[in-house]
Amino acid sequence: MKREEFEDNESLDLLNASGTNILLTTIDDVINWGRKNSLWPLTFATRCCGIEMMAAGAARHDFARFGMEVYRASPRQADVIVVAGTIVHKMAPVLKRLYDEMSEPKYVVAMGACAISGGPFFLNSYSVVKGVEHVIPVDVYVPGCPPRPEALLYGMLQLQRLIETQTIKSRKARNESHDYK
Amino acid sequence: MQEKEIITSTDEQQEYVINMGPQHPSTHGVLRLLVSLKGEKVKSVQPHIGYIHSGIEKMCESITYPQIIHLTDRMDYISAHINNEAVCLNVEKALEVDIPDRIKVIRTIMSELTRLQSHQLWWACFGMDLGGLTCFFYGLRDREKILDIFEETCGGRMILSYNCPGGLMYDIHPNFQKRVKEFIKYFRKILPEYDQLLTGNVIFHERSKGIGKLTKEDAISFGVTGPTGRASGFSCDVRKHEPYSAYDRVQFKEILHTEGDTFARYVARIDEMWESMNIIEQLIDNIPEGPFAVKMKPIIKLPEGEYYQRVETARGELGVYIISDGNKNPYRVKFRSPNFSNLSVLNHIASGFKIADLVAIGGSLDLIIPDIDR
Repeated sequence: MKREEFEDNESLDLLNASGTNILLTTIDDVINWGRKNSLWPLTFATRCCGIEMMAAGAARHDFARFGMEVYRASPRQADVIVVAGTIVHKMAPVLKRLYDEMSEPKYVVAMGACAISGGPFFLNSYSVVKGVEHVIPVDVYVPGCPPRPEALLYGMLQLQRLIETQTIKSRKARNESHDYK
Repeated sequence: MQEKEIITSTDEQQEYVINMGPQHPSTHGVLRLLVSLKGEKVKSVQPHIGYIHSGIEKMCESITYPQIIHLTDRMDYISAHINNEAVCLNVEKALEVDIPDRIKVIRTIMSELTRLQSHQLWWACFGMDLGGLTCFFYGLRDREKILDIFEETCGGRMILSYNCPGGLMYDIHPNFQKRVKEFIKYFRKILPEYDQLLTGNVIFHERSKGIGKLTKEDAISFGVTGPTGRASGFSCDVRKHEPYSAYDRVQFKEILHTEGDTFARYVARIDEMWESMNIIEQLIDNIPEGPFAVKMKPIIKLPEGEYYQRVETARGELGVYIISDGNKNPYRVKFRSPNFSNLSVLNHIASGFKIADLVAIGGSLDLIIPDIDR
């Protein structure tokens, strides 16, 4: 792939710009290695995608191979929130609160058509939030209705790649650029 | 929101009101229970619904009949095929279409496979709710085998959209019969393993026997159907009383228990798995030849009137009520969802038990929240 095709990969640019500081880069590498290999998801499921998320954690697909070791029931202990399913207007404040309760660093995966855009409920529905990015910032989108467990695994691996490119600086810039208050 | 959160400590009798959910692993979705506690005992449970209300009934009014099945898929997504069947049967009944035997038999086999995978998933989650994490892995391991069969024929894993008004979307895969037979042979060996793992467990007995008793009279007056109602002795199997598809040509028992407690509901579902396998075995070798779909008009318009069709999903009786004004869109669609009625009984049977039993009782009702909220 050509360099120009990475045009919106701001993290990569930041990484290149601050590439001279050996100490910081080494620290970043170590921190990122730790973060990406122990992503603990929150048990948050609203609709069918939740069942596929469970299937991803169960015997055949085995999430734990890639470091998503256990599902945590408490947002305080979770690193990544997989928004699995439709978010309706009544649920949106709860989702926001769950996101706020999670401690940094936190990541969001929008799983399934409903979380990405409203999906099958995009037209005609009066109560569905048309995309979870209206409520919380999303890192990775996993399309499908519902996505296969393999698709979720691929999405989580993409999230690991994203974490790999982050630095202390870029992380801070990313947090400040999102204003969802 | 997550853990038990104290909102008020109301009167001098130390009655606490705590929130369980909407994000709580044991409510199986986004159900919010407002639990009044006295000490550790549950005084009353007030379910708050609507956290996943996506307006499916209203959406149905602006789409055509073949499109409705894609929304009913997403109502009770674990028995998606049976939900679709209800809509298709209703439309076919209204149009007085004669459905060939092949379609009926395939629909019945797929429905029973759906019921099997639904009960497997329920067993996995119920075991996990009560602390047996191994159940989760065993249950989902076997469920994947059914999903493979679905995937080969329909292309989808759980949201199948295999039915359409007038028949099926496409014919069964050439491997279908072989793989179903292989699975039944496999699962007949595996199901006793489920019993060994959980049914005979002493801790499980202590936590489920005598907990959340529901009498037959209450089951009838609350409209509790499905395995939950049948565990209380309420004979409510639509497959038996009002046979649809190919259920009139197979021999099967209606599972009835009289105890009505959590353990009876558990055993009723395990027994239903055996019966489902019996039904599939009777049909799988005799799938008649014929077309897999009847030729329908490109735009389906129901004659003016009201139509009602009920089917037995894995959780109880699902009713689809359509009012048509003669257009291609229905005038009004109402779903009588089994989970909504089953949820209504929760306050009645959980009062007086400990809060840990609330998890066991809620798990034994096998609630699917998007089916309640629609």
